Amino acid sequence: MGLLTFKGGIHPPDRKELTKDKPIAEARPPRTVAIPLSQHIGAPCKPVVTIGQDVKKGEMIGEPGGFVSAAVHSSVSGKVIATGEFPNVMGRMVPSIVIENDGKEEWTILKDNPDYANLSSDELKEKIKAAGIVGLGGAAFPTIVKLSPPKEKPIDTVIINGAECEPYLTVDYRLMLEKPHEIIEGLKVLMKVFGINKGFVGIENNKPEAIKAMGKATRERQDVEIVIHALEVKYPQGAEKMLIKAITGREVPARGLPMDVGVVVQNVSTTFAIYEAVRYGKPLIDRVITVTGEGVRESKNLLIKIGTLISQLIEECGGLQDSTGKIIAGGPMMGFALSSLDMPVTKGTSGILVLPEDKVIHTEEFGPCIRCGRCIDVCPMGLMPSMLSIYSEKGFYEGSKEYNLWDCFECGSCAYICPSKRPIVQFIRLAKSLTKP
Amino acid sequence: MKKNTVIVSVSPHIMSEETVSHIMWTVSLSLFPAFVMAVYFFGPRALFVTALCIISSILSEYFVQKAMKKKITISDGSAFLTGLLLGLNLPASLWSLNPFTIHVPIIGSFVAIVITKQLFGGLGYNIFNPALIGRVFLMASWPRAMTIWNEPTAAFVAFDAKTTATPLGILKEEGIGRLIEVFGDKVNLYTQLLIGHRSGSIGETSIIALLIGAAFLLYKRYITWHIPASFLGTVAVLAWIFGGKGTCLFTGDPLLHLLSGGLILGAFFMATDYVTCPSVKTGQILFGIGCGALTMLIRLKGGYPEGVMFAILLMNCFTPLIDRTIRSKVFGAIKVKTK
Repeated sequence: MGLLTFKGGIHPPDRKELTKDKPIAEARPPRTVAIPLSQHIGAPCKPVVTIGQDVKKGEMIGEPGGFVSAAVHSSVSGKVIATGEFPNVMGRMVPSIVIENDGKEEWTILKDNPDYANLSSDELKEKIKAAGIVGLGGAAFPTIVKLSPPKEKPIDTVIINGAECEPYLTVDYRLMLEKPHEIIEGLKVLMKVFGINKGFVGIENNKPEAIKAMGKATRERQDVEIVIHALEVKYPQGAEKMLIKAITGREVPARGLPMDVGVVVQNVSTTFAIYEAVRYGKPLIDRVITVTGEGVRESKNLLIKIGTLISQLIEECGGLQDSTGKIIAGGPMMGFALSSLDMPVTKGTSGILVLPEDKVIHTEEFGPCIRCGRCIDVCPMGLMPSMLSIYSEKGFYEGSKEYNLWDCFECGSCAYICPSKRPIVQFIRLAKSLTKP
Repeated sequence: MKKNTVIVSVSPHIMSEETVSHIMWTVSLSLFPAFVMAVYFFGPRALFVTALCIISSILSEYFVQKAMKKKITISDGSAFLTGLLLGLNLPASLWSLNPFTIHVPIIGSFVAIVITKQLFGGLGYNIFNPALIGRVFLMASWPRAMTIWNEPTAAFVAFDAKTTATPLGILKEEGIGRLIEVFGDKVNLYTQLLIGHRSGSIGETSIIALLIGAAFLLYKRYITWHIPASFLGTVAVLAWIFGGKGTCLFTGDPLLHLLSGGLILGAFFMATDYVTCPSVKTGQILFGIGCGALTMLIRLKGGYPEGVMFAILLMNCFTPLIDRTIRSKVFGAIKVKTK
């Protein structure tokens, strides 16, 4: 069978060799954690603890502020020592709760469910909601919302996203190697939620070990039908719409959601978190991240507690090399460049990438668009990034809407391929910030 | 950390190594085989005319950018490429005519760079292919000097070189019979056309050399098949249908039309100019068909024996319109329309 894929896309060097053979290790316990009350898309949480209060590991410290929201829990046991506005990785100030770790690792009472397979759809959803699970691929969209489509949009397909097309990152790869059974169980939970009995896993073909491990775990479960698909190695293969197109052939309508074509996509890390929430009642208080890049002394895959400061993780990886150029939260294609290391890792942070100075491309001296059309060929959404960038550069922000400005999901393929080194994504964000959809 | 600063910018944080100047220099390199063949057939005169165009193009770019207080970008190779293309589109005889006509390539370069490119906003903003406008300007200003074609000779200065019409000129004025007579037989005609042993512009004659360069560009994906294939395909079909004697349809000789004139140079190296051709592939096919149709209209019905240059320039006019009308297909767009 040929490899499944979508139209467009780019082939950046994947640089996964830095961490792909390093097993997931637990990070050293942090002295303090700073847990933002808004780690997800949607309404921020309302704090339910006050300064001086003792909290246990796994205890809820912020309750959802609405339907599109997700609870946050303490990742350590200890004392609340501060509340207030702290910067997050996107550079915004967000209300956060700072907890001093007493090192005792005392858990709050969790409800174990050995026979979770017999729970009803609503019971499963309740557990996922209580655990505060959000999409761990980067966007951090509350999972419960994805699992609660309106009645007129029935779901018939669940896809687990194991593409991990961002260069450098190896979080999902390591999880698929080390926890394949748990991920398949997580997928089964999702299938149960929607009452369907066919599921898919999509994995890029540059991860043969993961395809093998997941395939083996699947074959040991004969009760349901799960298909593992090898995908062409191409960025952004892991973008929801591209993945759905590759696996099902369905095109999510422009500005629509996967549920519009009856599909729900969850990434590997999220599926693992769903399993842990349903099986052990464990809230989302830790996650696996990749600390990597040529600018850090020792690259690692770490299991970290949410709220751990990035500075501590860098320290644990041997510190920075002498010529640090950029520190990025997330992958190199869609991650956020950080201005400080004193920021906490949140649920949506899949990696910390440190690029040395000589690997940083300075885009302040970009050239004019020579209309070569490369960006049009690679745009997975079939847009004309060249026109968007020219309109935005000249200040015609409204005009750029004619060229489907709001269909862009900022994957960065255009800016990657541009021979004039134009900051196309920046132009597009500028236009988006000054117009309404 | 040496200094306590890090760089913050919008994603993506990695980029491909491709640059505009790398593209320009690579395209220039791909014209090298044709240039070598030109020097072989037309002697050092071909070298002098081409070098003159390149040097005056680069100097024009330098001085106009200086005058307009813009950043000097002569090292990006685009002025070099424009000069090279203009040179390859001129007759080698410009070097050795009496009276001297060596100011002609210099003025052509000035028109190409200053008027066609920089006054329209510089690289990326010109509507017309600069080298072709340079040539059109020279055709209108020095029609005689621009249409004196020498027989291929490697002589250093060839004041006495025999002038002769180009194969397309003979075809237009005297017909296919005379053309075959000049070259001996039909096989020899095709062979000479392929190798490039014929009169014509410096860089247009050696089809083999041009195809090597074109294959290199296609392999490197600097150009795609869309424009050349639709351009050449249209020429071939129209030549077959309407290129025959008198009113007999479907008796034309497509191969003759494909191998002669500036078609190969135009279709692979001039019509594919990024700036002046449509950027969406469907639009490029339309653009190529338009180029082919106009070329054949001029060749068969027009006053000039060759129409590639005018065809490309006329289609350049349509590029903005094509780009506005034929857009890329947006992912998921069809379903929205049916709602």
